[in-house]
Amino acid sequence: MLNQLTISALAAKLATRATTARAAMQACLDQIARVDGQIHAFLSHDDADALAQADAADKRLAAGERGPLLGVPIAMKDVLCVKGQPANCASKILGKFVSPYDATVVEKLRAAGAIIFGRLNMDEFAMGSSTENSAFGPTLNPWDTTRIPGGSSGGSAAAVAADEALATLGSDTGGSIRQPAALCGCVGLKPTYGLVSRYGLIAFASSLDQIGSFTKDVRDAATVLGAIAGHDPRDSSSVPRPVPDYAASLGRSIKGLKLGLPKEYMIGGMDPEVKAAVDAAVKQLTALGAEVVEISLPHTDYAVAVYYIVATAEASANLARFDGIRYGARVDGADPTALYSNTRGAGFGPEVKRRIILGTYVLSSGYYDAYYLRAQKVRTLIRQDFLNAFEKVDAIVTPTTPTAAFKVGEKSDDPLQMYLSDIFTISCNLAGIPGLSLPCGFTRSPKLPIGLQLLGKPFGEETLFQIAHAYEQATPWHGEKPPLKG
Amino acid sequence: MSAPDFDIQYVAHLARLKLTADEEAKLGSQLTNILGYIAKLKEVDVANVEPTAHAFPLVNVMRADETRPSLPHDEAMRNAPAKAGGLFVVPKIVE
Repeated sequence: MLNQLTISALAAKLATRATTARAAMQACLDQIARVDGQIHAFLSHDDADALAQADAADKRLAAGERGPLLGVPIAMKDVLCVKGQPANCASKILGKFVSPYDATVVEKLRAAGAIIFGRLNMDEFAMGSSTENSAFGPTLNPWDTTRIPGGSSGGSAAAVAADEALATLGSDTGGSIRQPAALCGCVGLKPTYGLVSRYGLIAFASSLDQIGSFTKDVRDAATVLGAIAGHDPRDSSSVPRPVPDYAASLGRSIKGLKLGLPKEYMIGGMDPEVKAAVDAAVKQLTALGAEVVEISLPHTDYAVAVYYIVATAEASANLARFDGIRYGARVDGADPTALYSNTRGAGFGPEVKRRIILGTYVLSSGYYDAYYLRAQKVRTLIRQDFLNAFEKVDAIVTPTTPTAAFKVGEKSDDPLQMYLSDIFTISCNLAGIPGLSLPCGFTRSPKLPIGLQLLGKPFGEETLFQIAHAYEQATPWHGEKPPLKG
Repeated sequence: MSAPDFDIQYVAHLARLKLTADEEAKLGSQLTNILGYIAKLKEVDVANVEPTAHAFPLVNVMRADETRPSLPHDEAMRNAPAKAGGLFVVPKIVE
């Protein structure tokens, strides 16, 4: 079935005209009709628009045009603006918002001929690690529908794992791509800060947010990054530097590469099956010729605390724009202040309120130096830890998460425990470096995916693809499919 | 970074966020717990450490000062919850 293919396999079939983009798009829509009632990855999808884009791609193919993404269906997290389509950030506060323009990543994918479709569920405003914070109900894990898919990009991960799309885009502020990719068994990439334009991404924490992909294998991750990366004058944090040919890094031997294992990541509370899978992956990488050495990232233990100051502070400022004046839902009040407070009180869910309150507090007069400024200083030390480590190693290897997917409701009443589930993914955003999660095994019973995280030097995506691809070629995990019945 | 002593009603007012009494009570205790965890940052010696606002700061990002196409007026207004005569309708601000 076409919806089960990787991007590269579908592109090969389209190139020989063995199939059509319309058939591929229809196969994804059929799969959504079959299985999405069980997992709720999609908030909505505009089938007529998707099929019209597929027909346009088929015309380009008939005219002789070829490209790695031409005619490939790619679905979007509900945080990315797509012209004429809703954008809700899985929140009630955006009401019936319809995007008046395309995000830069959407423009770039359209230019490459991809079919942009669907709105994927997420934690409200990307705040959460389980997709339980969606105002429209949770997404469930395709491997076990009593469990969460991870978050915040849970819909993006579940849709790829369930073959509802060939690839999806998400956003990652503290692990929101890598953690759900690990828990759903797909490849998730958070690129280097500044590599991919955020124009048209609804902002959560502007010094941490990056857009990245969910794909079925490493080659597809390289293909999507090649299409969406690059300087954009509309995002002032976008770094002006040429985009390399990422596909060229695939297939190169990893002999002689040095990989670091941070001793601080071997924490108590890690599931023994996760630890065993990661240990086995490290052995596999050694067998492939990499040299593995222990390294130290001494400020690791402070990353979660720094993150929940920096991210909430930035969120409290970014979310000030949702005030019921220019767009979204409005709850009236006698004066502007009452209108703002009523609208925001009714429109935001509990986790968003919690973070706005925390962020407002740490920035408030008398507390700024003690919390926000101190956190920014510790962030410097965390970033320096990585830069020091990268003088000795080419990449860092860790588990993506301490455990496999947890049960729905298991952590939703304890925000601090939920925050600590991001312990391995948060430092990467604070340091601004790239991170990739790929499947490295399964727990025994129930059978749940386990993720291996690779962290790279700033703009070191090519090295991550090289290592991940070598590992993937030597292991069977990425070919496994969840047991959904349709 | 002393013991968390925040006034939830005051902070909610700063954030323009109307909370119910239940929300105030629940958020208050959860935030006390989170602030207790965050207090571990006191252990770190940050003397002579510069703060990091962005991992890869770019400074003075400028563009040419020239007219370019922008969103048409009606497109910019299309999501307004209340509008009249091409303007946003808001509660009375000046008496």
